[in-house]
Amino acid sequence: MSWCGQVLYSGTAKGTVLRLEAPISFWGGISPDNAEVVLENHPQRGLKITDKILIVPDPIGSSSSAAILLELLYAKIAPKGLILGTNKDAILPISVLVAEQMGWNTIPIIAMENPTFKSGEELEIKTDGTIHSI
Amino acid sequence: MLELTEEEKAILNSELATTGDKTALSIVVKAAEMLGAKRLVKITSSHIDGCLYHGDSGVLFCENLAKNGAKAKVPTTTNVGALNFIKTNQAKLSSEKLQMAQRLMDAHINMGCTPSWTCAPYQIGARPKKGEQVAWGESNAVAFANTVLGARTNRYGDFLDIACAVSGRAPYYGLHCDKNRNAEILLDVTDLPENVKGEDTFFPVLGSVIGRLAGDRVCAVSGINKIASEDQLKALCAAAASTGAVGLVHIIGITPEATNLPNVFGNERPKEILSIDMDMMKGAFHKLSQTKQAGKIDCVALGSPHFSISECKKLLEVSEEKDFKVPVYVCTNRHTAQELKAQNIYSKLERLGVVFIIDTCVVVTPILPGSGGIMMTNSAKFAHYSAGNTGYRPIFGSLADCIKSAQNGYATLNYGPWK
Repeated sequence: MSWCGQVLYSGTAKGTVLRLEAPISFWGGISPDNAEVVLENHPQRGLKITDKILIVPDPIGSSSSAAILLELLYAKIAPKGLILGTNKDAILPISVLVAEQMGWNTIPIIAMENPTFKSGEELEIKTDGTIHSI
Repeated sequence: MLELTEEEKAILNSELATTGDKTALSIVVKAAEMLGAKRLVKITSSHIDGCLYHGDSGVLFCENLAKNGAKAKVPTTTNVGALNFIKTNQAKLSSEKLQMAQRLMDAHINMGCTPSWTCAPYQIGARPKKGEQVAWGESNAVAFANTVLGARTNRYGDFLDIACAVSGRAPYYGLHCDKNRNAEILLDVTDLPENVKGEDTFFPVLGSVIGRLAGDRVCAVSGINKIASEDQLKALCAAAASTGAVGLVHIIGITPEATNLPNVFGNERPKEILSIDMDMMKGAFHKLSQTKQAGKIDCVALGSPHFSISECKKLLEVSEEKDFKVPVYVCTNRHTAQELKAQNIYSKLERLGVVFIIDTCVVVTPILPGSGGIMMTNSAKFAHYSAGNTGYRPIFGSLADCIKSAQNGYATLNYGPWK
């Protein structure tokens, strides 16, 4: 199977899906120290997002979330790729632009409406925004 | 396709612009391409979220910009930092982190930002007029600028905010454009009892409901038939921007772009109409508390967004000058603190047991003692972020309940209509 999303930041990635099951703000929701979900009452509290293809159907909340993602990229504990349910704001993608300016690791970011990928699936993201199950 | 003006192309190519200016503009341009904007728009002010320390990466980026000659081209205010400059011993960060947090704040000053260190720049005179194009970060400030002031900004995250300030431009998309400011959904509160709408806690609770229902959509709220104070609207915006990605709420008859219903929807029908009932409101009220214990509390935290002068006056008045048994942290900005000192309110509050936190707040940087406890608050934003950031579990209640609880040393709640 393959799907096509909108490329917000181009790149390639291959990995296991982690789908955030409840809306989350990276700031306040993800620890910049160890990439763990720390939001109280979040169903996935305690899971790490490092090296996953992270599906964020509803990015919400703080505009400091960009700083958290940049810190994850800088510390090399970021997800391998991001698939967002919206392209309306640049809060998460901007971190990758900054990482590029600084010569740090970058990751692909794809936007698509209602991404249906489930945790545990294996996916590959290609530079043109196509997503393939493997 | 994004089209740039000759001036913009010249900045990207010319040797006349500093490297820092070029980097900033190229980030804005790439963001614009990413967002599908057709052009950039000149802005008149910026509010920077990126001066709060979250890790070394942000410091290195901002220092790099500053070192390369980046300067803000428009009046630019700064959000809270991780340090309290006035009482420097409050933030419990390691000396390395303190130093990095300081370097981040210095980098912003070096780029020509006004050191305001507040999440409520609208309280200290940064008040763009209706229709003005600005680039603001900090989710509550964004929602306030769009909703209450009628200015136009998207939800700028860290780094894009300073890139916009330095280039004096923002990608022209989203809430900068007329058509995207029309509401998509209508939330009607007409059927809620009038006494509920008069509660101190009505606005933050309604904000929490709005955030969950609206997500990132522009929504309109009808059925509030009274004057709302700026502090109440501040509480609503902050709550909505915590539970959702809300950038703009039109409150019919109250906010500047919401003179009437057809206007707000661009003369189209709402895509969705939802009636807010008491069950939804009660659910949202109780969700703001994350502990069932109605016992001892460790502190009260007020001021997210930063406590205003009128809120401090109300705190003094309602407390009837009876001492607090637990610390009451009042988070505010240096401008407000100065005014409180001039009006002799600051020392009176300190004598009661208020601990002022200036330039920052208790949820963005480690200030609270120990690794956790119970915090009582009237702020939906504190209630939302406290446990994850500080380990303190929140109990949400009105300002009067917070004061009474501080005076008793244990949670004392008058649930009123929320029972």
